[in-house]
Amino acid sequence: MPDQLEMLRRITDDPSLSSAQKARALSLAAENMLPYPALDAETAKALDARVICDMFEGHAPYKPRYVLPDYAVVLTKGSDWLELPVPQDLDEALNTLMIAYHHVPSVTGMPVYIGKLDDLLLPFCTGVSDDDIYRKIKLFWRYIDRVLPDAFLHANIGPTDNRVARTILRVDAELKQIAPNLTLLYDPATSGDALLSQATGNIVECSKPHVANHPLHAATFDARGYGIVSCYNALPIAGGASTLTRINLKEVALRARDTRHFFTEVLPHYADLAFRLMRARIDYLFNHSGFFDSFLVTEGWIERDRFTAMYGIFAMAEAVDVLQAKAGQTGRYGHDAAANALGHRISRALSDLVQAQPMENVWRGRAMLHAQAGLSTDTGLTPGVRIPYGTEPDPVAHVQALAPHHAYYPSGISEILTLDETIKANPLAVFQLCKGALASGFREFTANVASNDLVRVTGYMIRLSDVAKHNAQKGSRTNTTGLGAEAAAKTAILQHQPRVMGQEFVAGHRQ
Amino acid sequence: MQAIVSKTLLFSCVDGPGNRMVLFLQGCNFSCPTCHNPHTKRRCNDCGLCIPVCAPKALSLVEGKIAFDASLCTNCDDCLRICPISANPMVSLMDVGQVLALTRQNLPFLTGITLSGGEATAQLKFSVALFTAIKEARDLAHLTCFVDTNGHLGPVGWDKLLPVTDGVMLDIKAFDEGQHIYLTGRGNDKSLASAELLAASGKLYELRLLMIPGKTDTRRELEALVALVKRLGAHTRVKLNAFHNHGVRGPASAWETMTKDRLEQIATTLRAAGLSQVITPVVWL
Repeated sequence: MPDQLEMLRRITDDPSLSSAQKARALSLAAENMLPYPALDAETAKALDARVICDMFEGHAPYKPRYVLPDYAVVLTKGSDWLELPVPQDLDEALNTLMIAYHHVPSVTGMPVYIGKLDDLLLPFCTGVSDDDIYRKIKLFWRYIDRVLPDAFLHANIGPTDNRVARTILRVDAELKQIAPNLTLLYDPATSGDALLSQATGNIVECSKPHVANHPLHAATFDARGYGIVSCYNALPIAGGASTLTRINLKEVALRARDTRHFFTEVLPHYADLAFRLMRARIDYLFNHSGFFDSFLVTEGWIERDRFTAMYGIFAMAEAVDVLQAKAGQTGRYGHDAAANALGHRISRALSDLVQAQPMENVWRGRAMLHAQAGLSTDTGLTPGVRIPYGTEPDPVAHVQALAPHHAYYPSGISEILTLDETIKANPLAVFQLCKGALASGFREFTANVASNDLVRVTGYMIRLSDVAKHNAQKGSRTNTTGLGAEAAAKTAILQHQPRVMGQEFVAGHRQ
Repeated sequence: MQAIVSKTLLFSCVDGPGNRMVLFLQGCNFSCPTCHNPHTKRRCNDCGLCIPVCAPKALSLVEGKIAFDASLCTNCDDCLRICPISANPMVSLMDVGQVLALTRQNLPFLTGITLSGGEATAQLKFSVALFTAIKEARDLAHLTCFVDTNGHLGPVGWDKLLPVTDGVMLDIKAFDEGQHIYLTGRGNDKSLASAELLAASGKLYELRLLMIPGKTDTRRELEALVALVKRLGAHTRVKLNAFHNHGVRGPASAWETMTKDRLEQIATTLRAAGLSQVITPVVWL
């Protein structure tokens, strides 16, 4: 007990935490003083070794990991519990949502889903001028970022082209805030090039929104619909996900003698342990926590039987490279056709395992496979099925190497295509790349405009680091005075503002 | 008919509008000391000097001709550095059918295709045949066909190429005849005539100018540029590239690099003179 008290004391005395952050850390610490939901010895051992992982969700899951309320319920019926009347105009609708968000739990303590905002708000926009919509949404956006500052908090728009979706894109590019995160649901048949073009223009400005492949997602879910939340998770609306556990595929591969052993014994074994972990957590949430007695259920914002279980995997790249090495093959994941095909085979095997496993208290009775996008502690392990950062091929080859995986991950999979800054002069290239990725079967398109070391300036590729070295040699006679400050500025820039790296080289020029 | 291709890219956002597949055709009719792709200038003469420096043994001589095995190549480029004539032993020969097949494989990603170089118009027959085939194929006809050129092509050549071309990016290396000869080894009358011809046909997508301190950024050069653009139409896109001596071989590697401040100053001058679309680099070296 003294140890635990000391840990609590460290939190209350930590000068780097705000009081709200301390309260949150204290609640997590208290939860984790409780015993873990009962696990068999084998599962507990695999969890301890982090071959399987519970995402550190906590020892007593008293709320689902992700909750996606159907906010149309509170907007059309009001709420007895919250004493909210049915909103009559845009101001009242926005106010109702702002109140509603505070009553939606999730693993982060903040809502991860704030709704399909154009569908929700359009009925209140009749007779409201474009300018009024713009001003009200801008204030709404500022409120969200300042009061619910969490990048996992996610808004959805689309697939129709409409005034609210357009205004949200305009405001989002102007404010460039962390929150909310934003996904455009895109349907090539109905969204139109103009809306996608505005979205890809935004990507060049602020690396948002993400673009979801609406026809693929719509076919996975039902008429009630789906939402994209947190790190590109696709989940049922009026439900969500109870839990997310994940398998470290590299650790699984290391425990296999060879590829055959991996597929026939080791992968099915750890897959089974992950199911057991998942069941223990879901059992606690559904049968002990009392969560589903909440007004969210009785008023119909969510339904008890619309919560899926996300069956995550990560470190596909490392797993394939480990198996390739065991087979004496040199081809690397992301670059070699045979290595890529082995990866696709692993995804198919995982999908089959998940399909074959009945789950209680889970939407449609089966978990949903998920390419998990990583935790900050995953050193040396690549998220989901991604190609290790810094070794990616050109964006087209990148998409083509990974597209076959996407069919197997209905609850979410994402690749981040890093595009160098030259793309800023040509947003149409992002538009085209996005269309190509979605047409190739990508469920989600995410691009990040950043300073790559390797840049093609006109007809040629160069490494900015080579040029920097070159510049330093040429300038060594005169650049002694500013070096200290320059180095400090450079370090700070590289850490916090990757987009201005190009300008930093200019500073070197001026000396 | 086959093209000698130095390199193919599936993704380029700097060779015309949208994402473009780019074919860099080997061989150039100019000889620019500032060239950043000097290995695309000449065609290989099978001398074999590169074979001993190729560590993975991707190069060999077969019946007196260089043979290249791409599967062994590690992209070290040692063969390019040893080549005494600025050629490339790693070129591939591609016929129109092969290029169309590659285009189809990547079709949903492409806004269009760009021929660059080297000098694309130096392989005119292939360029015309490829663009004609693209325009005639129902599934490819929506792709735009662009050429990146030094403009050293006469009106007869343009008459063949332009009907199947959507846009041309034209480099003007210098306006002063003497300076042009110094910078390219040739006179500029053809390039300047090409500018007028392309603008008149509505196919001039962009003029490209390499700004070299003290050589192409002088007052006289900039005045000549303004006069040309005003004749072509003040709305003509004018792309200013900044000379950098990195990657340049020979005497120009000692030339001064263009700074961002100076280039912005030039752009301001051009805009003040009435040019409405002056574009400066996004990334600085």
